[in-house]
Amino acid sequence: MLSRVADSLYWMSRYLERAEHTARLLDVHLNQMLDQTPGSANHRWERLLSSLRTSLPTGSIYDAYILTHALTFDLANTASIVSCIGAARENARQVREQISSEMWEQLNRLFLHVKRTDQATFWTTEPHEFFQVVKQGAHLFQGITDATMSHGEGWQFIQVGRAIERAGATAALLDVHFTDFLTRHPTETVDYLAWVGLLKSCTAYEAYCKVYTADIRPECIAEFLLLNAEFPRSVRFAVGVIHTALQAIASTTGRNAGRAERLVGRLHAALDYDQVEEIMDGSMHSYMENIQRQCSQIHTALHQIYISYPIDSSLLA
Amino acid sequence: MQRMVSPPFTQYQLDSVYDEMFDSEGNARPHYQALQQRLFELSPAELRQRQQTADIAFLNQGITFTVYGKEEGTERIFPYDLLPRIITSTEWNQIEQGLIQRITALNMFLKDIYHEKHILNDGTLPREMIYTCRHFRREMQGVRVPRDIYTSVVGTDLVRVSNGRFVVLEDNLRVPSGVSYMLANRQVIKNAFPRLFLNYGIRPIDHYGQALLATLRALAPLQRTDPTIVLLTPGVYNSAYFEHTFLARLMGIELVEGRDLLVHNNVVYMRTTAGLRRVDVIYRRIDDDFIDPLAFRSDSVLGVAGLMNAFRAGNVSLANAIGTGIADDKAIYAYVPLFIRYYLDQTPILDNVETYLLLDESQRRYVLENLDKLVVKAVGESGGYGMLIGPHSTAEQREQFRQQILADPRNYIAQPTLAISRAPCFVNGQVEARHVDLRPYILYGETITIVPGGLTRVALKRGSLVVNSSQGGGSKDTWVLYDELQK
Repeated sequence: MLSRVADSLYWMSRYLERAEHTARLLDVHLNQMLDQTPGSANHRWERLLSSLRTSLPTGSIYDAYILTHALTFDLANTASIVSCIGAARENARQVREQISSEMWEQLNRLFLHVKRTDQATFWTTEPHEFFQVVKQGAHLFQGITDATMSHGEGWQFIQVGRAIERAGATAALLDVHFTDFLTRHPTETVDYLAWVGLLKSCTAYEAYCKVYTADIRPECIAEFLLLNAEFPRSVRFAVGVIHTALQAIASTTGRNAGRAERLVGRLHAALDYDQVEEIMDGSMHSYMENIQRQCSQIHTALHQIYISYPIDSSLLA
Repeated sequence: MQRMVSPPFTQYQLDSVYDEMFDSEGNARPHYQALQQRLFELSPAELRQRQQTADIAFLNQGITFTVYGKEEGTERIFPYDLLPRIITSTEWNQIEQGLIQRITALNMFLKDIYHEKHILNDGTLPREMIYTCRHFRREMQGVRVPRDIYTSVVGTDLVRVSNGRFVVLEDNLRVPSGVSYMLANRQVIKNAFPRLFLNYGIRPIDHYGQALLATLRALAPLQRTDPTIVLLTPGVYNSAYFEHTFLARLMGIELVEGRDLLVHNNVVYMRTTAGLRRVDVIYRRIDDDFIDPLAFRSDSVLGVAGLMNAFRAGNVSLANAIGTGIADDKAIYAYVPLFIRYYLDQTPILDNVETYLLLDESQRRYVLENLDKLVVKAVGESGGYGMLIGPHSTAEQREQFRQQILADPRNYIAQPTLAISRAPCFVNGQVEARHVDLRPYILYGETITIVPGGLTRVALKRGSLVVNSSQGGGSKDTWVLYDELQK
């Protein structure tokens, strides 16, 4: 497979995952705003922005309309939902003959929908509905991809793109929330809704309850979102996907994934065996930061091995 | 002007222009009679329904092209006309022989120009015709190309004039496009008129993909026994991108962009996830100018740095070779009949259109006095750009061309306005006559292969003579019939 094609498939998938993640976080956030006192709004916006690894746009204020617009529609913001879906589509367009036409049609349809939606309709109907379409659109795309594309090398790059984005974003989300919740003064109780919000930001609330009942406890939440082996949005699960896909890529291409394989294998093993008590006794913040750093190292290593490798290392016949 | 009475032909225009379907008496020519019969049987509603089915087939397959100068990435469906254009076996044999003769002579000319230059040295062709040509490539001087084939994929434009003879309008020796429409049209018409198709005895064209692959394989550097062949595209924004993906898929070869290729020690590689893979033959759909920023335009981001040197070293083959545009120059075109006599010692089977060379003073004077009757073309352009059609032009446009001709006479040629033939088309629920041309696709590898027929392009606007897709033209399927005996 051409390196350029693999790269486009990877980014197509990664951008779409990012759009979906942003849509879900915003949806949960706007919903929670309804239940809470206006006094803490700024603080919560701050938390949302850090979870998305972004910051308050310069010269902006903590205003629901302005910030929602910036994160949803603003084309100048490359991390906005519309920008991400646009970038995913642009990558798909470059490799249109490599993906199934059903995949292209679905992505194109989603893009046209978000592009057509203007601010006014967005607020007059329900923001929730818009985010719902984005989330469902991304899910549908994933389903179509699995159902209509050969699960060969290209498909594996799509898996890696989605899983790397997911692992990094979930780690960032956990980092920000736990740092915020656990460093508060003991007299200030973190309210139940905020913890539920964190779970819902990963569509994990129902799945969590099945394991731990509705008893909301921080260490259980950390354990679930970080270390659960079966839940597809836990960090451990996502890293497992990267690991499997990398091994598949290495075997199809006959090129050892080398450093990328070592990095992902180490991270996977750590998540397999680490104990949540130990993580929480130590610095949760540095643990989460470490996961994000390793995700970005895996990305770089993968890129150097399969996409932009130096020529003298790779002369074949 | 004469009109026919029976529907759906009531709007059908017949005059001195050659009509593909009807003779001068208004009777259907023998090879069109079965089609006429079918058209009488079908109601306009049925015809319209078949046209719609065909349109939807194109839409669903994404058979589109991009129009430049409009909104970025404007994709359009290539308009398709339902009614086939039919060519008899006798007509086709003459076209085929004529094209083989022409492509052979043109390749000999290219070889001569880039090596010994006999034709210049003995004064047969004025030197300035070559050295003033924008498409002449000094870099090709003395470079041997595999089998001495410079131009292996050609799409010659033919038109039929009043006397019923086919004449050559342009040779298109660089990167001709449109063959994907030829193949798609055939698929669509088989669904629209299955029974008619079956009974007509039509020569197949579906082997084009294999023939193209065999041609490219034949060009591989000698020592490369199992060559890797790729199709080089400028990318998704190119007007023919659909065709590039179509052909790559048809041949089962990799579709690459310039950034996928690199040159190391004069060998071309493509960057794959499994490492660098050597490339032996490149079917390139990028113009000379953009193909190697080190050799040609340094601002090109579409090309491959060092490709020209790899080509000169004989480590990679290009189809077509660099520098073939010289024989595509519209002023050089005027000399092609002479090339046929000079290199092959034969009489040209297909005629040229009479062409005025504006470097010649008396010809220039005549042209400037008769701009309203002539067609003026810029020598290096294609696709219907840079043209003045005298009878359809305004005084202002003519004045503009007069100035341009006087400023740079080598850059223009003039031709009489041709009465090019008309064929029946399905327009507005009627069958009407529209001007058509014919672009057969010639492949030159181990042998010369021409799939029977080609792309018939239609000027869908009433009275228009311009068939280019970029200028509002459409296309229709072309049927070449078997001999009665072969049937």
